[in-house]
Amino acid sequence: MIGLGHYIVVAAILFTIGVLGIFLNRRNVILMLMAIELILLAVNINLVAFSAYLGDLIGQVFAMFVLTVAAAEAAIGLAILVTFFRRRGSIAVDDVNRMHG
Amino acid sequence: MISILAFYLFATLTIAPALAVVFARNPVHSVLWLIVSFFNAAGLMLLVGAEFIAMLLVIVYVGAVAVLFLFVVMMLDIDFAQLRSGFTRNLPFGIIIALVLLVEIVIALFAHNAGPALGNHPIAAASQPNIVALGQLLYSRYLFPFEIAGLILLVAMIGAIVLTHRSRGDLRTPKVSRQIRRRPQDAIKLAEPGVGEGMKL
Repeated sequence: MIGLGHYIVVAAILFTIGVLGIFLNRRNVILMLMAIELILLAVNINLVAFSAYLGDLIGQVFAMFVLTVAAAEAAIGLAILVTFFRRRGSIAVDDVNRMHG
Repeated sequence: MISILAFYLFATLTIAPALAVVFARNPVHSVLWLIVSFFNAAGLMLLVGAEFIAMLLVIVYVGAVAVLFLFVVMMLDIDFAQLRSGFTRNLPFGIIIALVLLVEIVIALFAHNAGPALGNHPIAAASQPNIVALGQLLYSRYLFPFEIAGLILLVAMIGAIVLTHRSRGDLRTPKVSRQIRRRPQDAIKLAEPGVGEGMKL
């Protein structure tokens, strides 16, 4: 019998892989964005699993909002990336110092 | 039995490609592994009866977001080998952080397992289809957040267009106001040339 714990463990592993991806690909913004997508996927699995096992649909409504925000974030992030690449010819995070931050 | 098998199949095929996303040498392969991972996560969600979210994941993520990533990865001419230079240096530290995080989450899970909420109750049979129930909730109680979500997507779309749009100087676009202002009496001249004289412009 598959219980809630199984789903949470899967989501936890996925979340950890996402965090690991951010740590390992510190210079590559595209891979960082993909790692963020993995983290949000883990969050969604958690929300859906809790919503199913508690018999409460609100978790799925919230998962849909998370999905919306993730899509918007990917679109804006990639648009910024394209603009940045046009200006600097590179996407290395170390080069992002135009504003001297 | 078959649902247990399906769960382990989907879970393995969600996690292994996620590792491949992080460790792949070629970012195009990373995006393709991401697509595999999302498909199997949708399978996981189907198993607990969240059909709408599963289909949304396939349509929105695989159909839109992953293709957007693929476009950007393939469109930009990036030296990815140079970007991987810090990979092995960060590897031990990253794995330590990840392991600590994972152990922490799992400990928290099992520490909380004594509570009533995390017991392994079977999923109650739904009285109506998932999509119907979700739609009723979304269009009544959550109508306002739903509209806000649409607004966020609109803002994201406009923002992406504004960010990536550049006005090029060498385009010969029609001047619409001049075209509209033009009247027939300015543009057309009726003439009756005499025989053998020809037309005077």
